[in-house]
Amino acid sequence: MEESKVSLLEIDALTVEYRTDDAIVHAVNDLDLRLDKGETRGLVGETGAGKTTLALSVLRLLPERVGHIAGGSIRYEGRELLQMPEAEMLALRGKRISMIFQDPMTSLNPTHTVGDQILEVLNLHFPEMTKQQKEAKVDEMMTLVGIPPSRKTDFPHQFSGGMKQRIVIAMALVAEPELLLADEPTTALDVTIQAQILELIRNLKNQFHTAVLLITHDLGVVAEFCDTVSVVYAGRVVEYGTVEAVFEKKNNHPYTAGLFGCIPDLKDDQPRLHPIAGRMSDPRVVHEGCCFCDRCDHAMERCKTVAPAMHVHKGHGIACHLFENREDF
Amino acid sequence: MNWVKYAGKRLLMLIPVIICVTFILFLILSAAPGNLARQLLGQDATEEQIEAKQAEMGLDKPLLVRYGLYMRDVVRLDFGESWINGESVLERFQNRLPYTLMLSTLAMIFAVAIGVPLGIMSAIRQYSLLDYGTTFVAILLFSLPAFWLGTMCQILFCLILRWLPTSGITGWKSYILPTVILGANTLASMIRMSRTSMLDVIRQDYIRTARAKGAAMQVVVRKHALRNSLIPIVTQMGITFAGTIGGAVVTENIFTIPGIGTMLLNAVKSRDVPVVLGTVIFVTIIVGIINLAVDLICALIDPRIDLAS
Amino acid sequence: MFKRKKKSLSEYSMGELVMFRFRKNKLAMFGVFLLAAVFLAVLLAPVLSSYDNVVQMHVKDRFTSPNGSYIFGTDEFGRDLFARVLYGGRISLLASFAIIGIALVMGALIGGAAGYFGGRVDSVLMRVVDMLMAVPSTLLAMAIITALGNGVWKLVVALAVSQIARFSRIVRSAVLTLRNVEFIEAAQCYGCSSLRIIVKHILPNGIGPIIVSATLNLGQTILSISSMGYLGLGVASPTPEWGTIISENKANIQAYPYLGLIPGICIALTVMAVNFIGDGLRDAFDPRTKN
Repeated sequence: MEESKVSLLEIDALTVEYRTDDAIVHAVNDLDLRLDKGETRGLVGETGAGKTTLALSVLRLLPERVGHIAGGSIRYEGRELLQMPEAEMLALRGKRISMIFQDPMTSLNPTHTVGDQILEVLNLHFPEMTKQQKEAKVDEMMTLVGIPPSRKTDFPHQFSGGMKQRIVIAMALVAEPELLLADEPTTALDVTIQAQILELIRNLKNQFHTAVLLITHDLGVVAEFCDTVSVVYAGRVVEYGTVEAVFEKKNNHPYTAGLFGCIPDLKDDQPRLHPIAGRMSDPRVVHEGCCFCDRCDHAMERCKTVAPAMHVHKGHGIACHLFENREDF
Repeated sequence: MNWVKYAGKRLLMLIPVIICVTFILFLILSAAPGNLARQLLGQDATEEQIEAKQAEMGLDKPLLVRYGLYMRDVVRLDFGESWINGESVLERFQNRLPYTLMLSTLAMIFAVAIGVPLGIMSAIRQYSLLDYGTTFVAILLFSLPAFWLGTMCQILFCLILRWLPTSGITGWKSYILPTVILGANTLASMIRMSRTSMLDVIRQDYIRTARAKGAAMQVVVRKHALRNSLIPIVTQMGITFAGTIGGAVVTENIFTIPGIGTMLLNAVKSRDVPVVLGTVIFVTIIVGIINLAVDLICALIDPRIDLAS
Repeated sequence: MFKRKKKSLSEYSMGELVMFRFRKNKLAMFGVFLLAAVFLAVLLAPVLSSYDNVVQMHVKDRFTSPNGSYIFGTDEFGRDLFARVLYGGRISLLASFAIIGIALVMGALIGGAAGYFGGRVDSVLMRVVDMLMAVPSTLLAMAIITALGNGVWKLVVALAVSQIARFSRIVRSAVLTLRNVEFIEAAQCYGCSSLRIIVKHILPNGIGPIIVSATLNLGQTILSISSMGYLGLGVASPTPEWGTIISENKANIQAYPYLGLIPGICIALTVMAVNFIGDGLRDAFDPRTKN
């Protein structure tokens, strides 16, 4: 995993704002993230932490006029995406970077057959393929995701939610991209279907050697599925590391620890769960100090004024004053 | 063949609608205060004359009997005669319908051909000068009374500039101004509807999905947004068509076009009940057929609509 | 924290939110301002002019262009157009509001009953409404005028009846969407009576779409009233009404354009003001529709 010097995806100090009539919403603040070839990284955080915004920024598909990338850089194989001409972005989207959206119910066009919607990716990116080759590829892909190719002339409303997500996955992977941004791919689905879909993504990812950025709020999914994890709070990465290091639960950012406290653990005989006090900080307010200090049990005076630096030990980074000068975690 | 069956079913369903609508109209029209026969014959008429006239008009019988007799005649395509000049209602309607149908269709084409592209373009270029301009025109057209716009345009283009004929139908030029005036309001609603619809569609998740596939925005609009945005537009077209036939009353009046609008207006003024009744029934049938066509077109565009159910 | 949350759910606070969004809408506020000006002028008609001027003919001053003594000029009989427009506006506006009011009350009764009680009541009422909707509303209004004859209040009845069906539908769908919402169920669990639920919970929460369509229909009704006046089916001359004023001056507009322009602009501005307010309300009640 550490074979390449240049990561597949490098995000540095990314800052994204939504400017509405009423206020500026700071969705992503000074966020850093790395993703290597073939790596699966979990991006964990509460609703509104800026996870989807991050994924849309990578594809440069933020809502026009409202979403603004205010600073930072996003490099793909060393090339800056934020400065890339739109024509080159078009060639990248869907072919080398693709995305699975949260809600399969709404992410398929209701007036096109599912086969056509998968085929469209091939038409856009592989003009050299013949019609028969493309059709064959669509059939193959549908089989891979477990939908009989005979159903490719059906429309999205004729499928169930889980099947729609399978088609979305087929669409996202038909071009065999190097990077898949999976934005809560299972949140809208039944629990029983969730496992199947994750298993499917895992198999295809191994088959095509695709790197995956799995956006989720479910720590269980991360533990099960990912190599590495980044925990996001209020648009910042507060902790990152390998799944082993973070899930060891010995040294964690107070927020990550809080997230763990929200999950029932059958082994420990906890009397009750420990929800994180308070609410997600208001994204319209710019924080001077640590963004989590209002809800943190360990907050000190300087947390209110000084933003904590990322303290890294053996590839495990924690952005918290508690870990300053600690070499042992 | 699915849609043929569906169309047949819908046309059959028009029959009970017509029966009920006619009954409602009978109720309304029988609520007329005062003695219609006396009004028609004038103050000098004798009691006998009035009674004879009432018998002739069928007003001496109770409401339900009159309704029954009327429906019996309607089945034989006999819609009675005008109380004023004794002409057959059906025949008069047939003579005048072409003008109104022509005018309404032209107005509809005018409104759709200009309004839909404008609305869609202003949605795609939201907040552009084009968008502001189009929205302003739509608001203006929506607020201007058609009779006023018609009168003023008639004076300007027909009387002062003498570009177009003032009244009647003397050739294709006679249709230009009435078409524009009748279509003005529809144009406004087409612009608004297509703009709203397109804005709604381009914010949908599947548009983002299509862009994430690597399709350029113009391609996404053409391939994915256009068709979906047409569904509410077509529905709106059906709704406004009914309004257009109503609006024809005003336009035909301004430009003295011998369509069903002028016929209806004269009938209302002279309280010529058979003509009013017949006209309303015919127009209701026409509107019903148009709505059927709209539903069929919607089913053609939107695969989610299942005609069988 | 908890207290604030509770308040934001109450109708008072929702109203506040709507008002806040509405006030931020410049066009809507312009509409309010414009409509207020029209209302004020029309209400102050006896102060700004007098009813005598409406019918009094100043034969010597026929076709006087707008000037100091006749702000809007005079018509072919030498009647003061300013007075006629002001008093005409009284009739146009009063009649339009009456039409919307009647249609709204009737629609609320029919649609509310259909939506709330459902089942047989719903299917019978909605069948009738469907039948009425099958007839284009202008034609329905004209049929009613045929029965009732000419006159302002007969016209009001005709136009109101022709709109009842539409309002019934809107009210019904508002009631239906709210009927199964949790807080209504909660109210039922607390043992609220049907009437109490309708009045206290369904109406305030479903009122948004109803107010919006009432406002937007008001604009079209002002147009309908004056159209009918123009066609000679409503207010008869010499009583002034915006449509009749244009109709009675039709032959002279070419020579004296102000006779057509002034009343036309009055109608257009008023309707535009109402439409701005309606659009503003729609965006305020449902910010998602705002572009």
